Amino acid sequence: MNKSPRAVEPHPRFKINKFAIGGVLLLAAVVLLVVTSLKGNAQYYLTVEELASGKGVNNANVRVSGVVLGDTIQYDPQTLDLTFTIAHIPGDNREIEAGGGLANVLHNASLDPQAARLKVRYNGVMPDLLKNEAQAILTGAMGDDGVFNAEELLLKCPSRYEAEVPAQAVP
Amino acid sequence: MIGGIGYGGLVIALVTTLTAVITSLCGGRSRSAALIETARRAALITFPVLSLSILALLYLLASGRFEYSYVYQTTDLSMPLYLKLAALWGGQEGSLLFWCWLLAGFTFSVVARRWKTEVDLLPWVIAATSFTLLFFIILVLFFENPFSRYFITLDGIIKRAFFPPAMSILAKPTDGAGLNPLLRHFGMIIHPPALYLGFTGFVIPFAFAFAALVSGRTDDHWLKITRKWSLLAWLFLSLGLVLGSRWAYDVLGWGGYWGWDPVEISALMPWLTGTAYLHSAITQEKRRLFQHWNIALIVLTFCLVILGTFLTRSGMLSSVHAFSQSAIGPAFFVFIILMFSISFGLLLHRWSALRSENQIHSVFSRESAFLFNNLLFTALLLICLTGVLFPIFSELLTGQKVTVGPPFYESATAPLFGLLLLLMAIVPLTMWGVSTSRNLGRHLWKSALAALAVPLIVFLAGVRNWFALLAVWLVTLAIFTTVLDTYRTVTLRASNRQEPVRQAFGTLVRRFSRRYGGYLIHIGVALMALGIIGIEFFQTTTQGMLAAGETLSLSGYTFTYEKLEVTDNADGRNSARASVMIKRDNRELKRVFPGSDTYYVSQQSVTLPGVRSTLVDDLYVILVDWQPISSEGATFKIYRNPLINWLWIGSGVLVFGTLVALWPTTRRKNIPRTHQEEK
Repeated sequence: MNKSPRAVEPHPRFKINKFAIGGVLLLAAVVLLVVTSLKGNAQYYLTVEELASGKGVNNANVRVSGVVLGDTIQYDPQTLDLTFTIAHIPGDNREIEAGGGLANVLHNASLDPQAARLKVRYNGVMPDLLKNEAQAILTGAMGDDGVFNAEELLLKCPSRYEAEVPAQAVP
Repeated sequence: MIGGIGYGGLVIALVTTLTAVITSLCGGRSRSAALIETARRAALITFPVLSLSILALLYLLASGRFEYSYVYQTTDLSMPLYLKLAALWGGQEGSLLFWCWLLAGFTFSVVARRWKTEVDLLPWVIAATSFTLLFFIILVLFFENPFSRYFITLDGIIKRAFFPPAMSILAKPTDGAGLNPLLRHFGMIIHPPALYLGFTGFVIPFAFAFAALVSGRTDDHWLKITRKWSLLAWLFLSLGLVLGSRWAYDVLGWGGYWGWDPVEISALMPWLTGTAYLHSAITQEKRRLFQHWNIALIVLTFCLVILGTFLTRSGMLSSVHAFSQSAIGPAFFVFIILMFSISFGLLLHRWSALRSENQIHSVFSRESAFLFNNLLFTALLLICLTGVLFPIFSELLTGQKVTVGPPFYESATAPLFGLLLLLMAIVPLTMWGVSTSRNLGRHLWKSALAALAVPLIVFLAGVRNWFALLAVWLVTLAIFTTVLDTYRTVTLRASNRQEPVRQAFGTLVRRFSRRYGGYLIHIGVALMALGIIGIEFFQTTTQGMLAAGETLSLSGYTFTYEKLEVTDNADGRNSARASVMIKRDNRELKRVFPGSDTYYVSQQSVTLPGVRSTLVDDLYVILVDWQPISSEGATFKIYRNPLINWLWIGSGVLVFGTLVALWPTTRRKNIPRTHQEEK
């Protein structure tokens, strides 16, 4: 192959050290990068119940997940102000599985008058997926008036996507 | 009946794959040619058998057999045929079956090739691919069966099963639930198959690496055979990522192209290690370096492919990609751990046999640049892994789930992407083996200075964002040095051989197709970076409610709302379309029709942006709201996305470059093939 004329290296130890030091420095830089990025951007992922119990109220950056109550959606197309209410769903996957899957959990939570609720405010284009029984994942902070100011909306409609049982089944 | 054929195909495929696994392992150990031949045939027959299952499912989807739960869940009567067929990968069960079929296809074509000197790898290649396939067939058959039907028992409970439960009758819904309208987009129709082709394609180089480790053939053979496979897999994976991005841009309605969503990241991670592998594999071929690292990378890519399939399919992460929670999570977890430990165990076992014969002599050589490239991609992978796993670990350690969003990824990865651009700019100036700082610096500083011209123009045009200027400089530099190196080589050859420049260029590209394909890919990436710089740094937006005839203005453009039409369509949609005239300096540029479709059956609406797209910017108009009866007022949100088109153009260049690199290299006939292959 194309052996270079300098293939015989007089100071192999020195070379290895140089690369080792470079590697360690780079690793340290990456760790530093990750840590500093994490510091400013970590978000507490809370359920509606946890938020209602006062957890994360003073936090500027919170993520909360719940089920959208369709009747509560109000939208002002002039100002693009959007308000709606979400109800508590468990944050734990095992609890969701025990409740019969996400679609069932969402459905039941939207009908349960006892479930903790949270009013949400958002300004922007109303997402197509925002409707009754959709799972909403909101990023933002609690306002002083007890309304959650959402910066970002993420919506999922698992019931639509993978209906467990057909509604109009006829024998 | 048809469902029975599909199910039967799966059962037979289970048997043949199991046979392939057992006979290849035994044949490999005992070196029995007969057993290996049995394994080979079993692996070959699996593909046609699984094709039968796929055809059966396609038939069921096309003919609207809604008693099959998968058909019910993903199609309805009003859908056109091509969408019904595309529903094959519209849900969990179908896409897992599709995954199996693709892997079986890849296995088929790799096993069917002519095996010559490397025949000792064959049994272990079959073992690795078949074992992976076996795992997925078991998943499909026992946990996610696409051929299960609905039955109603006497007490009125509806059950899903393939075989009728006791005392039950078949339930046949009259219409299906239909594919989510948001997925009815060209990009979304070919995005999953492209991604899956990429995913399954990487199983093949992994299988060869695995075979090399088990058989002790630890020379470069496995790497050379799988060179094209890895590149092909990488091509599809890249294509899948870009198509998903394009879908988000067109459909999700906020003009975004990448959201650092966990599912996006889980598809990006194997791409990162795959890209690193493509580079380090070249280094091993050219300089016999990084032998351990290459095997580690391809094993990691394989594990990330499985992890990616798992994360998208298990519902473990919160994501816009809504998939049902599923019981298959633990199975995936065990499989990944198993493959990971076996592969790394073997790697340790063969550690000394894989020793590099060479080492890097200069920090400024090309192999050193490739090393930096690998470090950067590994660092990007670490960032992605941190972000994806952070919620899980924080919950385990503190009991409180803490997540990270796009700002984390953006701030952590941006410097590394910048360094990658810089590296792309430097690499054409480096040489294999020896290179000194002076040599490199002499070439670099002139280019660096010349490339300053573009950010200077941008600066004079009024841009004062230093990060944006830096990014523009890096993009310019990367393209500049790449083009310059090509130009120098071509003119040198042309003058040495008294050839026309065009002919010299043609010959060089044909003979060094990988190199120039690679250059094209780099230019594509730099252009994509330009698009990202445009939308990330310079996006502007406005919104407002307009009466007919009123106007909004944004960055020198005006948008006049003319009228609104609401129509009912035969395919179950209610469409609203506004017409908006875009003008600049009172000159009419284009009339766009932003609107919204509401699907009656699913009550799902889809926003359809009106876009005027040029090389300079995209004007992206969204109809937010309107008054249904009178056409008095409508609310619009408008984005101006500068340079975004370069993201798609760059992607096209990247795909073309990969095809060039895949093109068979022409060799001069009088030179024998490399010594390694004669051995």
